[in-house]
Amino acid sequence: MIALKLAWRNLTGARLRTWLNVFVLSFAFIVIIWNKGLLNGWDQQARRDTIEWEIGGGQYWQENYDPYDPFTIEESHASLSDAVEKAVAEDKLTPILVSQATMYPEGRIQNILLKGIDPDQRIIQLPSSSLVTENDEIPAMIGTRFAKNCKLTIGDYVTVRWRDANGTFDAAEVKITHIFKTNVPTLDLGVLWIPLAKHREMLDLENDATILVTSVDTGFTGTITGWDFKDHYFLLTEIREMIEVKSIGGYIMFLILMSLAMLAIFDTQVLSIFRRQKEIGTHIALGMTQRQVITLFTVEGAMHSVLAAVLAALYGFPLLAYQASVGWTMPGGTDDYGLTIADTIYPAYSLGLVAGTTLIVLITTTIVSYLPTRRITKMRPTDAIRGKIQ
Amino acid sequence: MENSVLISISDLVKTFPMGRREFTALNNLSLSFRKGEFAGFVGPSGSGKTTLLNIIGSLDSPTRGEVSVLGQSVRSLNPRKAADLRSRHIGFIFQTYNLLPVYNVYENVELPLLLLKMSSDERKKAVNRILEWVGLTDKLKSRPAQLSGGECQRVSIARAMVKSPEIVLADEPTANLDAKNSHNILQTMEKLNRELNTTFIFATHDDKVIKYLRRKISLDDGRVVGDEILEDPHPGGTA
Repeated sequence: MIALKLAWRNLTGARLRTWLNVFVLSFAFIVIIWNKGLLNGWDQQARRDTIEWEIGGGQYWQENYDPYDPFTIEESHASLSDAVEKAVAEDKLTPILVSQATMYPEGRIQNILLKGIDPDQRIIQLPSSSLVTENDEIPAMIGTRFAKNCKLTIGDYVTVRWRDANGTFDAAEVKITHIFKTNVPTLDLGVLWIPLAKHREMLDLENDATILVTSVDTGFTGTITGWDFKDHYFLLTEIREMIEVKSIGGYIMFLILMSLAMLAIFDTQVLSIFRRQKEIGTHIALGMTQRQVITLFTVEGAMHSVLAAVLAALYGFPLLAYQASVGWTMPGGTDDYGLTIADTIYPAYSLGLVAGTTLIVLITTTIVSYLPTRRITKMRPTDAIRGKIQ
Repeated sequence: MENSVLISISDLVKTFPMGRREFTALNNLSLSFRKGEFAGFVGPSGSGKTTLLNIIGSLDSPTRGEVSVLGQSVRSLNPRKAADLRSRHIGFIFQTYNLLPVYNVYENVELPLLLLKMSSDERKKAVNRILEWVGLTDKLKSRPAQLSGGECQRVSIARAMVKSPEIVLADEPTANLDAKNSHNILQTMEKLNRELNTTFIFATHDDKVIKYLRRKISLDDGRVVGDEILEDPHPGGTA
């Protein structure tokens, strides 16, 4: 308690020196929390968008399906059992049929994935309802990125060539009926969405599908023979790994900022112990043990982080709250990176993040403050009193 | 406790390593001090005055011999007990005042009481009383940098006296002061000695201090070469 009181006096007495250190540390606090909050916000948005737009409550993959191996796609479909058809009718599942095809926008050859989806599905937010036409045309929709790359607009016709289940090549004109904007690039880049029934007809398949997307609301679970269930953990692996990689960058920034702040504290401590030898000696003469003086100097150093947390709360939290409300607008072209990223990321802060950061800074500051004070034990009090350099 | 022995020193030897050799700072020194003495170690630089004061103050320990302060052997004190002895029973006054620069006068004087874990009210009373004694009630909020040398030394005296110690050890207390300030300081200390019966022991080679002493112990090369009881320069006090 005395150490706390004296440390507080020493810190407030040192005025500008203290407040400079405290400001640097509080700035580190804010940037660390902001950076981590931004990544958290991105992570949450990416997960939410991917769940709502693509993966629902999880997916069943036909057992041969491997999205990273194009050679599996031709064989990775299977007909739906009666039980699955019943679940589809009850809006618990929605089937997606995937096949490879070639598209010829403006005469150029473009390899694509042809994906058939039920226009009436309500399980994912993909605007499949726009795949309805009143004539014999094949309606198709694409994402904004793909439309931009292929220079396609609504109403354009484009030739698509595919190979049916018997290995026969066929081709047809499809009409772009809708261009949708999504934050999930895997639904967009290189994917042409057409009605499931039409897709089956083109491939000469009766009621086959490659993927069964489950509804988040109904929480469909169970085993379907010949299909493997992929849960959120599996399906969000890419996002998780991407955020982890981005987090490494965040940790590097954290390290740089902490190093700067800790350097300031360490420097202050070393200087203090060098310049305040008389003070150390005087404390001992007045009745403190060397250990008590070490505690005093360590508490004094560690108190920088407490003051920094208070200062950060005063000027930083309003800033962070403002940032969380208006978000961080991504620069133009971020869409094309192929990352699941919204136009505006809203940082997400949690009590755990703030408390964790505070704890890490407090512990680090305490250690950094303690290290130079060990020198006090080597001081001879009689020399310290005279300020004799030791 | 009146006139009882507070400090007894017998056959004290203190050596310091100096390269391969040893430097003997105090050599077979025996002395004793009674309560209420106003005594001083006098001698040239290097005669062992400060070393002796440091050992009495339990800031240093004897190489050989015995030093007993208030019945406690300095040699056998562990750091905690030595600190306890200093915080409760011994006040220090230094040549360069050793005031804490970031504390104001009140806080500097209050510090020893904080270490004694006294209550806030008790601290306030004691600090105000001693500052009144030394005549610094108008400088409570001043920092050492805003005070003159004489005022700084008076703060230092107040800090040493605020806990009402049995012993005050003053190492060259007037070395940085002019004649007028030196006399003021010495008068203050003499007044405290007479009124509170506190034992004052000085280390000095300043004639101004020597004039005030009632006991002069001359040291040379770490030995006592003289121990005189002097005629009271101000019988009845200076105040």
